[in-house]
Amino acid sequence: MAIIEIKNLHAQIEGNEILKGINLTVNAGETHAIMGPNGSGKSTLASVLAGREEYEITEGEVLYHGKDLLDMDPNERACEGIFLAFQYPVEIPGVNNSYFLKTAVNAIRKHRGEEEIDPGDFLTLLREKMKLVHMDDKFLSRSINEGFSGGEKKRNEIFQMMVLDPTFAVLDETDSGLDIDALKIVADGVNEFRKDPKKAAIVVTHYQRLLNYIVPDFVHVLVDGKIVQSGGKELAFELEDKGYGWIEIEPAPAHA
Amino acid sequence: MNQQIEPVTGRDLFRQHFEEVEDRFSSNGQSWFMNTRKAAFARFTELGIPTRKDEAWKHTSLNPFNEVEFRPSDVSDVDSKALLEGIVFHNWKAHRVVFQDGQYSEGNSAINNLPKGLTIVSLKEAFSTHREVIEEHLASYAGEDENEAFVALNTALHEDGLLVMVEKGVVVEDPIHLIYLTTSHAHPSSTHPRTLVIAEEGSQLTLIERYAGEEGSVYFTNAVSEIVLGENAHFDHYRLQDESPQSFHIGTVQIEQGRNSRYRTHAISIGSRIGRNGIAAHLDGEGIECVMNGLFLTQDDQHIDNHTRVIHAQPHCYSHEVFKGILDDHSSGAFTGRIIVKEGAQKTDAIQSSKNLLLSDDATISPDPQLEIFADDVKCTHGATIGQLDTDAIFYLRARGIDEQSARGLLTFAFANEIIEQIKIEPLRDYLEAIIARRYRKGAL
Amino acid sequence: MTSDTLMLEELAQSEYKYGFSTDIEADTVPPGLNEEVVRLISAKKEEPEWMLEWRLKAYRHWLTMEEPQWQNVHYPPIDYQAASYYSAPKQAGEGPKSLDEVDPKLLETYEKLGIPLKEREILAGVVAVDAVFDSVSVGTTFKETLAEKGIIFCSFSEAVKDHPDLVKKYMGSVVPYTDNFFATLNSAVFSDGSFCYIPKGVKCPMELSTYFRINEASTGQFERTLLVADEGASVSYLEGCTAPMRDTNQLHAAVVEIVALDDAQVKYSTVQNWYPGDENGKGGIYNFVTKRGKCAGKNSKISWTQVETGSAITWKYPSCILMGDNSVGEFYSVAMTNNMQQADTGTKMIHLGKNTRSTIISKGISAGKSQNTYRGLVKIGKKATGSRNYSQCDSMLIGDKCGAHTFPYLEINNKTSQVEHEASTSKIGEDQIFYCNQRGIETEDAVSMIVNGFCKEVFRELPMEFAVEAQKLLDVSLEGSVVYIKRLSLRENRIKGKNDYGNY
Repeated sequence: MAIIEIKNLHAQIEGNEILKGINLTVNAGETHAIMGPNGSGKSTLASVLAGREEYEITEGEVLYHGKDLLDMDPNERACEGIFLAFQYPVEIPGVNNSYFLKTAVNAIRKHRGEEEIDPGDFLTLLREKMKLVHMDDKFLSRSINEGFSGGEKKRNEIFQMMVLDPTFAVLDETDSGLDIDALKIVADGVNEFRKDPKKAAIVVTHYQRLLNYIVPDFVHVLVDGKIVQSGGKELAFELEDKGYGWIEIEPAPAHA
Repeated sequence: MNQQIEPVTGRDLFRQHFEEVEDRFSSNGQSWFMNTRKAAFARFTELGIPTRKDEAWKHTSLNPFNEVEFRPSDVSDVDSKALLEGIVFHNWKAHRVVFQDGQYSEGNSAINNLPKGLTIVSLKEAFSTHREVIEEHLASYAGEDENEAFVALNTALHEDGLLVMVEKGVVVEDPIHLIYLTTSHAHPSSTHPRTLVIAEEGSQLTLIERYAGEEGSVYFTNAVSEIVLGENAHFDHYRLQDESPQSFHIGTVQIEQGRNSRYRTHAISIGSRIGRNGIAAHLDGEGIECVMNGLFLTQDDQHIDNHTRVIHAQPHCYSHEVFKGILDDHSSGAFTGRIIVKEGAQKTDAIQSSKNLLLSDDATISPDPQLEIFADDVKCTHGATIGQLDTDAIFYLRARGIDEQSARGLLTFAFANEIIEQIKIEPLRDYLEAIIARRYRKGAL
Repeated sequence: MTSDTLMLEELAQSEYKYGFSTDIEADTVPPGLNEEVVRLISAKKEEPEWMLEWRLKAYRHWLTMEEPQWQNVHYPPIDYQAASYYSAPKQAGEGPKSLDEVDPKLLETYEKLGIPLKEREILAGVVAVDAVFDSVSVGTTFKETLAEKGIIFCSFSEAVKDHPDLVKKYMGSVVPYTDNFFATLNSAVFSDGSFCYIPKGVKCPMELSTYFRINEASTGQFERTLLVADEGASVSYLEGCTAPMRDTNQLHAAVVEIVALDDAQVKYSTVQNWYPGDENGKGGIYNFVTKRGKCAGKNSKISWTQVETGSAITWKYPSCILMGDNSVGEFYSVAMTNNMQQADTGTKMIHLGKNTRSTIISKGISAGKSQNTYRGLVKIGKKATGSRNYSQCDSMLIGDKCGAHTFPYLEINNKTSQVEHEASTSKIGEDQIFYCNQRGIETEDAVSMIVNGFCKEVFRELPMEFAVEAQKLLDVSLEGSVVYIKRLSLRENRIKGKNDYGNY
């Protein structure tokens, strides 16, 4: 069953076209990796799926469970089960993590027509998930991402994903800036999420290293706003050996 | 006029040193590097030894340094085993590299079991074995800042040093313990140690860089380290300056950081009569993290001057800098920290603080935090404090039965501990704790 | 969560909800200022001779002064001859003897404002209120309850008559009549205000509160508050302000003096919500206020907390003179400006005694085309050994047409003292809002969450009831900017050809 279908997606920012016709279908139970050089449009794709405002969609469509995703506000998408792990998680001083997550969880429950979560149950849920990302209790009363190291911010993204329990997760360079120990924790979290056959994920990464820990079902190479190569996980190793150069030199289809 | 023979010092002295170096290095495997040395020495001659009239040296007078006639360090055959005994950490796994009086000391080093992907080679040897690396990187980064004259002098005069290279994706488990040791000489000696670290994409490395010397010896160490971090590389750096109290130490560290890389340093200065500690990081890629923790302890008439510079050249970078000074007796110190956020470096998150504890009425400190911001969506904070031990806290401890000396020691230790507790190398932490206990608790523990 | 629902309801109202005016007959002195007017005010208040003399000294001094220009705010020259300097609700004969005699229209006004003046309607023992309508105090609640403890809480006029010794001793002892242009003007023409005296060793059993209301058009309001906490006394004092919407500017030049003797503690909280003018900057209050506290005794403490959301121009620096050894001064401030508002506010901490401590936490939020300036002085005198100060100034910008400015001045004259200053400027970015959106949280909730998070350190200093009010106020003040951000996101979010934000 297709969770997300991206059809001929074109997006631009300030008049510059970044995505130039993306086609990609992700089915339940699948993990797709998207790789590519800097500036190829990987992060733009992740942002567009989550509904970031700066980008203008000029052509194409995205269906999420068969519904028009691009017509939804960002918070509506989140309530429908789309989660973006940010490349640069945002700091919100003075707002602590548990209050933030509780507001988010209840917004999502309200959207589903459910009651607000019981505070006791909520705390139990937080504690359980915190353990998985190796965070201690102090973390709950700290302001969102404020004063967090790069590694802590990325772990927090994974923690939020586990608490909000989305259907479809997009991880935007969640491995960047992580040392090997933090990388393993993040990968464990993602692999836990993948166990559920009803869920799916897109993993955007710059480095093949991550894919040793999160083994994808499919690998796509994004160059200059288009997917130029798709394959199994072997493709990642090939990229590691040869770099992106061998793909880029292939003649691009004429623009005219 | 003067009946005594005037000692040759300062610029003239180093000209003599350079002529001697020129003779030696023109004929061996380094002749191809001679033009770089010459250009560097010309630059040094042009700049001269800084004076307090130079803005970047306004807190530090080099007059005592200018009075000493240093000689280039001899290849000493002093048995330094006993000296090293107090410096190396026991029961601790590390790749140890020792330089004695500026020269690589094979006997004292232990680099037999290097993991795959890690190269450690003395710089002198690297001139033959890794010429391309040296050509590309050595003297390519450092010197764009306030220490320029001394960096140029090092480039011109350096005899030896270390090249460390970590290949792409390699995680080096055991730290490298690099020791530059100076022994006693009949005359004041000088060395110019040079270190070059190249960590490729996704690699991980820990380096402890030590500077130590025999108690009572007068010498000059002019050290320069250049560190190049590739994308997503992680580098933990510990720099411990624990020179003899009669020495002069000028240290410069230049870090070039690539996208998503992380650099953490603990820069600790304890020794030297006059010490200068320059650290500059160039954050030239998105998603970079740079953490600088500094601690300096001064006593008697010591003077330690710290200069840091963090250049945010790209968006989404994070730098966090905390420098703490503990100053006793007649000692003095300075901290000049500069954060430069270039145009377009949006979402910069830069924190800088200078906290100083004066243990006596005669100690002085000049903190000078500076921010230069050319972007409009950034978070920058800076702060400076100067204070003495909290008399209420001392009284509180005394009311609980702790004598005044111990109470002061305890509070001083607590002040330093904010930095020390972040050190991940246990024996180094222990070593520093012992020094602080010795200095400030004065035996009463 | 009920508090969230409340906030949302408040958000729905974009207008200044205290903007109504009360149609009540007033006794107003004709516009203009001269010695005769000063004498007239004093006569109407049946003041003793010494009070009149003080006013005249101030007036004569004022004539020699020039209006200050150094502050970072801009307004057309004020014509001091065009304003009326006295307005009082007309009463038959003397002033009200008890609340029952107060004009019911006035009581109604205060009820609309949420300020209950009838004691029985107040939760027993929570807050005692002195309400000042235009220039005069119209009623003080819980007087008797307080009197049992020896606490004097009354209008300034009553204090002049009933407690002349206390007034003579302390009035002008913190803000002398020569202090500054507006304080001197106030000294000459002040009409009423609140007076409070807490005797030795008494802890005031309830919050004391003054509520200021400007009603008449083209009157200035010049009230004066004097608060004295004797040895070992403590009190928490709240001040709130509103004014009707009028399209001319009105001047509010108040003076607040606080004296804390040995071991006394005073906490003074303000929620200032004067009418700010419309979105084009027409109308609104000029809020030029001198507030100063003197920690005269050892171990005394004065703490200022202010939430400034109203006024066309706010210009004030609640300050502390730390004379007594070990005395403590605190300043917690949120200053929010929107549309064309201007604020130049901050504090002065003058350390004179040994081991004195001060803390400054300032949060500035600027939206629309507003300008928000923090100006603070920390001065540590030669003899103030072992003193400490911590200052933190954070600015938040909403949109890119507003400005935030920070001017911290430090004068440290001895080296055993410790001073720490931190400053930051951030934009409430679409980034932060998008991050919340992406976790399922709507834009209004996100903005409210972000702004309240930013102000948290100050809000937690406010008494409970005030903290809730302050949060709601901020949401209301931000209303315009939330819509702005939302429109922006909708506009940019829509796909070409599918554009339907016109319905919004």
